[in-house]
Amino acid sequence: MSAFLGLLWRDVRLAFKQGGAATMTLMFFLLTVTLFPLGVGPEIEVLSRISTGVLLVAALFASMLSLDRLFQADYEDGSLELISLSPLPLVLAVLAKSAAHWLTTGLPLVIAAPLLALLLAMDPSGYPVLILTMLLATPSLSLIGAIGAALTVGVRRGGVLLPLLVLPLFIPVLIFAVGAVEAAIGGLTPRPHLFILAAILCIAAVLGPWASAAALRLAFE
Amino acid sequence: MTFAGESLTCVRGERLVFEDVSFEIGPGGALLLMGPNGCGKSSLLRLVAGFLRPAGGRLLWQGGPVADDLDAHRARLHYVGHLDAIKPVFTVAENLGFWAAQRVGRADAASGVARALDRFGIADLADIPARLLSAGQKRRLNLARIVATKAPLWLLDEPTTALDEAASTTVRDLVAEHCAGGGIAMLATHIDIGLPDARVLRFRTGAPTPAEEEPA
Repeated sequence: MSAFLGLLWRDVRLAFKQGGAATMTLMFFLLTVTLFPLGVGPEIEVLSRISTGVLLVAALFASMLSLDRLFQADYEDGSLELISLSPLPLVLAVLAKSAAHWLTTGLPLVIAAPLLALLLAMDPSGYPVLILTMLLATPSLSLIGAIGAALTVGVRRGGVLLPLLVLPLFIPVLIFAVGAVEAAIGGLTPRPHLFILAAILCIAAVLGPWASAAALRLAFE
Repeated sequence: MTFAGESLTCVRGERLVFEDVSFEIGPGGALLLMGPNGCGKSSLLRLVAGFLRPAGGRLLWQGGPVADDLDAHRARLHYVGHLDAIKPVFTVAENLGFWAAQRVGRADAASGVARALDRFGIADLADIPARLLSAGQKRRLNLARIVATKAPLWLLDEPTTALDEAASTTVRDLVAEHCAGGGIAMLATHIDIGLPDARVLRFRTGAPTPAEEEPA
């Protein structure tokens, strides 16, 4: 357990000391969303109608932005090999790194989302569900994204390939996340959508690290 | 404690690197892998460390196949490769402390880290960010890992690269002490490192051929 937390804490500290990824993700999210009122026009009805989709699509792209560095930096300087030799199983090491990725990129998005929802004139009845949805969806994005990051770690310019690999896997998350918020705004219960998001998160938490670890072992060869 | 490889074959990217390489190291034994560049020394070490899967042959620890429990095998070895695995934004002590804590836990790591830094003469650099280190100092920091925590099997790939004479002597002394304590070491090198009791596994140039073991 201490090795797991040690790796998680190291990655969080690295993210803050190096700046970069965490700030870039949040800035991308803020800028993309703030550009929409300028591009679409200031009509409240239009903005309110598209607010859910804009927020979640922007969050999805934002969390993908820093994925290619998830394993790359450690792979290039040899740290990843040593992590794989440490007594902490590689599957748990991947889980720790994914968790650190979520804490430094996903969680800031969750916190910023309600503020941006205000900017897009989202119906206030959708706010609690939006936060809950983001809390369930963004960890799934980090966990699923880790598979793509692991598969492309040894590939030069793997960042180009990565979105093609993970986007299809992100789509179910996007569909049910938008569904949950839209249901809440429309006065329906968001529960079925949230349950499915929770189920996706559970599956991603089990299969994601396992698949990523297998892909990383291939990269060492 | 014995460690052996039986007729190992290594293929990388459809190229045969070496075949039919065998070795046996008893308790307290050191094996030097010698030969020109590109002859397969590093590949053998990576294969022994479990990064590469052998295309043929097998590794035996205490007579039992290593492949049966790779996690246990990884936990018993220290590997020092060409890359220094150093995070430039962390201090020297933080870099080493992380690797030590991953193996033995945070509480037990501190004393080992202090001892290791002292041993390699970089104790006074402990609080300096690693990005300020020279190539040789980074190498020392990477090598300090093998002192900070204990492991019975050492795999060192060109450990003296970028090191000055004093640090090279330290490496030699450390390997000698490790072996005197019953540990096993495998070193890839193309220079004479000065370990009189070590055996040599010599790789031949050109076409892959059985490497032959000779007394040093």
